[in-house]
Amino acid sequence: MSTFEYSEKVVEHYENPRNVGVLEDANGVGVVGNPTCGDVMKLSIKVENERIVDAKFKTFGCGAAIASSSMLTEMVKGKTLDEVMEITNKAVAEALDGLPKVKLHCSVLAEDALRAAIDDYRKNQKNKH
Amino acid sequence: MKPIYMDHHATTPLDPRVLEIMLPYLQEHFGNPSSSTHIYGEIAKKAVEAAREQVVQLLNAQNPAEIIFTSCATESNNMVLKGAVALSKVENPEIITIATEHKAILDTLKRLNRQGVVTRLAKIDKYGIVDLDSIKEMINDRTILITIQAANSEIGTLQPLRSIGQIAKEHNIPFHTDAVQALGKIKVDVEKDHIDFLSISAHKMYGPKGVGALYLRKGHRIAPLLDGGGQERGVRSGTLNVPGIIGLGKAAEIAGSDLTGEADRVRQLRDMLINGVLERIDQTTLNGHPTLRLPNNANLSFSYIEGESLILACKAFAVSTGSACSSETLKSSYVLKAIGVPDSLAHSSIRFGLGKSNTKEDITLLLDTLEKNVKRLRDMSPLYEMAQQGIDVDKFEWGEHKH
Ligand code: FES
Repeated sequence: MSTFEYSEKVVEHYENPRNVGVLEDANGVGVVGNPTCGDVMKLSIKVENERIVDAKFKTFGCGAAIASSSMLTEMVKGKTLDEVMEITNKAVAEALDGLPKVKLHCSVLAEDALRAAIDDYRKNQKNKH
Repeated sequence: MKPIYMDHHATTPLDPRVLEIMLPYLQEHFGNPSSSTHIYGEIAKKAVEAAREQVVQLLNAQNPAEIIFTSCATESNNMVLKGAVALSKVENPEIITIATEHKAILDTLKRLNRQGVVTRLAKIDKYGIVDLDSIKEMINDRTILITIQAANSEIGTLQPLRSIGQIAKEHNIPFHTDAVQALGKIKVDVEKDHIDFLSISAHKMYGPKGVGALYLRKGHRIAPLLDGGGQERGVRSGTLNVPGIIGLGKAAEIAGSDLTGEADRVRQLRDMLINGVLERIDQTTLNGHPTLRLPNNANLSFSYIEGESLILACKAFAVSTGSACSSETLKSSYVLKAIGVPDSLAHSSIRFGLGKSNTKEDITLLLDTLEKNVKRLRDMSPLYEMAQQGIDVDKFEWGEHKH
């Protein structure tokens, strides 16, 4: 795999990833591993009134995984939890102008991390009450 | 701008001197060396024999008839393994090798296994160096061949050819070595090292692609893969690739002369790279042996960073990685696995294959690039964060994914 198989958008997100880090005041955190190749993504979200107001990620993985993570954080910010449930790995890949076929699973990592972070948020809410 | 080439284990550029000597044989000297009833064939034949002599010199072979030209080292490897098995009268013959061989050996053996051939893998240590006692223990009266590479293409580990050859000789078992990575970098001497078969590739030593050779010690026989016009003493039929062979000959001559100055120069660059990384960037490891390695190979793991992402960051350089993410099959390097490198470190490995075009300035730039980007990617790595918090990343269970 090399740079020229990635779309310009993937490379751009890889080189200037948005929202890198861990949210100090997160109320939902998802850490998922990719069983296909052993990569890991950590997504932290801050939810207010059922809306994701902030999101940050850390990813150990290939360029596609990093770009997918970055794109995902952009896509979820400002959306309600119901709205983000519609975001699939395909949507992430499309937003990046496509991923090489062998790299599609890297966007699944992003989707999984999102689901895990939301699950975590809901669990935290339950525990509160 | 094209990236700086540091993948010389994969292939090397053609030396201009090699190109120059090949050109006439692509044009006016187009004759077939087998058709020596006229001047066209004569000229080609003479040139081929001169090239054969150049290969003889490189290997310290005794006789030009011991050099068989082939299309590549993969062919040479296949020829030896399949050709030895075909002539063997032993039932379920055994071949001794190691787990870090090139696929041209391992996959050929896999196919032969279906015909009842037994592969015996001798033990290797954490550097990939073969355990000589393990070879001795495996030898029995069904052993028909020992095949062990001279140097590994990923981790650069050099094998103790002479000791292996000695053991083979004592037990009267033919010894084959795939020497494609070693030629032109370290001295390989078929006499002193007791080598009976040796595979050569031109394009790994600044020669053209599509041509290789097999050294076949006098007195040893193998069945041919290709039948036909009976060229190359009947061992390898097919019209000779004259320009390629001329190029291989010249490349062999240059490789022999590179063993002194050029190998030392590259070794210094390699050490500058290895030491620079290990000193300047924490949590880095060298894969393979610190000294018993090819002068042009550095294989380094940068913990908590995935190799392909680091390669993307170092786009000013053409290098390769043992990470699963960069391979079509999403499997990490079998060589690193075989020497016990954990998956996480195989994931983080980069192979640097230096060569003639590389300079000190290249290494300086590379070290700066690595240092900067390793930091950037680690800041982005959840594994690095966990490691900072004292969590053992290798033992962490990724229970939360839904597959
Ligand atoms: S994260 Fe491993 S291939 Fe993309």
